[in-house]
Amino acid sequence: MRDDRTGFSGAGRREFIQLAAAGAGALWLPGSAQAQAPRRGGSIRAAGYSSSTADTVDPAKQTLSTDYVRCNMFYNTLTLLDANLAPQPELAESIESDKATVWTIKLRKGITFHDGKALTAADVVYSLNRHNDPKVGSIAKPLAAQMTEVVATAPDTVRITLASPNADFPVVLGTFHFHIIKEGTTDFTKAVGTGPYMCKEFTPGVRTVGVRNPNYWKPGKPYLDEIEFFGIPDETARVNALLAGDIQIAGGITPRSTRQIKAQPGLAIFETPAGVYTDLIVRLDAPVTGNLDFALAMKYLQDREQMRDAIWQGFAVIGNDHPITPSNRFYNKDIPLRAFDPDKAKFHFQKSGVGSSAVPIVVSPAAAGSAEMAVMLQEAGSKIGLNLEVRRVPADGYWANHWLKSAVGYGNINPRPSVDILLSLFFKSDAPWNESAYKDPKFDQLLLAARGETDFAKRKQMYGDMQLMIRDSSGMGIPLFNSYLDGHVSKLKGLSPVPVGGMMGFNFAENVWLEA
Amino acid sequence: MNAAMLRLIALRLALGLLTLAIVSALVFTATELLPGDVAEALLGQSATPQAVAGLRAALHLDQPAWKRFLIWAGGMLSGDPGRSLVNQLPVASLIGNRLPNSLKLAGLTACVTVPLALTLGITTAMWRGSRYDRIVATLIIGIVSVPEFLIASLAVMIFAVKLRWLPALAFRAGVQDFWTMLWLLAMPIGTLTLVGIGQMARMTRAALVTVLASSYIEMARLKGAGPIRIVLIHALPNALGPIVNAVALSTSFLLGGVIIVETIFNYPGLAKLMVDAVSTRDLPLVQACAMLFCGAYLSLVLIADVVAILANPRLRQR
Repeated sequence: MRDDRTGFSGAGRREFIQLAAAGAGALWLPGSAQAQAPRRGGSIRAAGYSSSTADTVDPAKQTLSTDYVRCNMFYNTLTLLDANLAPQPELAESIESDKATVWTIKLRKGITFHDGKALTAADVVYSLNRHNDPKVGSIAKPLAAQMTEVVATAPDTVRITLASPNADFPVVLGTFHFHIIKEGTTDFTKAVGTGPYMCKEFTPGVRTVGVRNPNYWKPGKPYLDEIEFFGIPDETARVNALLAGDIQIAGGITPRSTRQIKAQPGLAIFETPAGVYTDLIVRLDAPVTGNLDFALAMKYLQDREQMRDAIWQGFAVIGNDHPITPSNRFYNKDIPLRAFDPDKAKFHFQKSGVGSSAVPIVVSPAAAGSAEMAVMLQEAGSKIGLNLEVRRVPADGYWANHWLKSAVGYGNINPRPSVDILLSLFFKSDAPWNESAYKDPKFDQLLLAARGETDFAKRKQMYGDMQLMIRDSSGMGIPLFNSYLDGHVSKLKGLSPVPVGGMMGFNFAENVWLEA
Repeated sequence: MNAAMLRLIALRLALGLLTLAIVSALVFTATELLPGDVAEALLGQSATPQAVAGLRAALHLDQPAWKRFLIWAGGMLSGDPGRSLVNQLPVASLIGNRLPNSLKLAGLTACVTVPLALTLGITTAMWRGSRYDRIVATLIIGIVSVPEFLIASLAVMIFAVKLRWLPALAFRAGVQDFWTMLWLLAMPIGTLTLVGIGQMARMTRAALVTVLASSYIEMARLKGAGPIRIVLIHALPNALGPIVNAVALSTSFLLGGVIIVETIFNYPGLAKLMVDAVSTRDLPLVQACAMLFCGAYLSLVLIADVVAILANPRLRQR
């Protein structure tokens, strides 16, 4: 569940969000969508960015954004993340916990699967427990491992016991791998779920067709009669198909293509500010450059506005050298944004003792935009006596051979469903992916305490403190969060950003409608 | 002559089977040598040693390689290519889904390319050295030098995006009507025709020019045979060998080698299927695709040879 690094561009399995988590929608209609009453009827063709024989409708096997979109057409999760990444009850009617360790979930009544069978606690138990069966080969096994017991205590009640307290457990339940399937399902050539569309056709590597589920439990939804979803791995071909009118929505558009799409009447760009970032890494355990002063000098040298406009054509949100996005409910508004400041950079650079010898900075197409960002740093550095040398390496093998190994380099991280997962993976002292070798026992204590804290205000305070610690004491420069971009026909309405990922947090299918 | 011919065909078929066996062993070994296996490919970054071991056992990947190869070969001999390791679907149905698409594209392209290329080759050979010959030669060399992705991308930009005459995507499910199909496939066929036409036309011209320079053609001409009769009745049968070989090579390429066209027009054919299979290390599927391509190639070359022998009086008599 974690592979998450690339940005736009390219095909391949390890791409885009892996664990992005849940979608949103349902209970939350944004202003723009409320302005117009949704219209029933019509059908669309939608294209994602990947397509292969590994396409799946097995919730445990979802790896790519296209899998998330497909499975969200057919299944529901117990919770769903909203526009602020807060979990909202979905198939669950209520979720309660005892000290964040024992969780009791009551299911919504009157929900049926596509074949007419009623949803019961047994289905939920089966859907959750199978992730811990090694034979299933679940991508979500690392997340599922915390569930030590899942039992049905009543036909509509499930009790889950965790190995240790986790206040974010409702978020975990909202990750797409925990879609609810029918008890005993082992055949995934077709999908039978509780979701907004029923599976009419599923051919891996070719296409998926869903028809409207007339018994869907959300009144009025979905609006379309039919959706055909398939992948067009080549970005140019995807954009061309949209321009030529062959498809109504194309996911995963690069900033470069946005002008072409905007120039054509009847087409629009849908931007989702999300937590994807390409990060500058100054490893604090490296010789010579491995000191906080050098890291701070580099952080102050980042001209974030210029990076946003020149590299991402404006489709990015300014970051503050920590991984929490401004749209996150735990974002700390009180920390001032770090501005481009060559004087402070010069001060810290001189203190660092690195001197005028050349400092290699490793960049790669694997970390989207890293080459452009490094060149900007090089330019700014030359004015304060810092001699950066941009070393370009190929995308193939970048994560194995260069990432975490270069003293100064770049990474690319996709959003995670919860702050806890993100910080545990990338900033905990003993995390294998601790990019800048940041070590602070106080941080680790705080992380553990926040995980078990059920009081929102207290948690927000803790996460707020940790954002400041990362900003000022780690070797990470996170200048920007770049947005997910999709292109669509203007007639397609109902899209609103859910920062889990593009295409409305991969859950556009049940929320969109066609204007007459 | 018939007995000799049948013997030749039987021998070639036997050799073909041997080739398939060798190729299957080679492909199996090569796929084994690739880093990672299907369990790791499927689990991606969540490939903890424990998870990988569990999935390997579930997929029977924990058995030694030779044993898995024998199980696969046994299945293949009894007509069952097994199941895909990635999605557990029968390999036969995965290929069955794609094969008609590939055959449609290859067949239609061949129907356009072969007559066109032969006509160009024959006419340029007849009027060799003329202005027409030079113009055609220049055009063909020009087209052959342009990579197919460029031809295809330009075609999409012009005919789909700007003019909106043709669709940008070549595949639509459930299309039965022939003319709709032709409309959908027009750009892929056009691209592949441009790619394949050069070699065929040039080979035809070269083969014919050599034959046309020989003394028996001069004899025929002296006897008063017209130019068309000379080319079609006297020269072509002797030149057919290299020509059908060129046609066979180009056609076999159309079945499995059109990955670029399949990618740009998002056409679900066999080439993409095999690339997917290799990238997920899905051995049964890789093997089945390799067998299919190899078998098609061998059959086409065999047919070409038989045609060349039957058409050539000298070879026929031996």
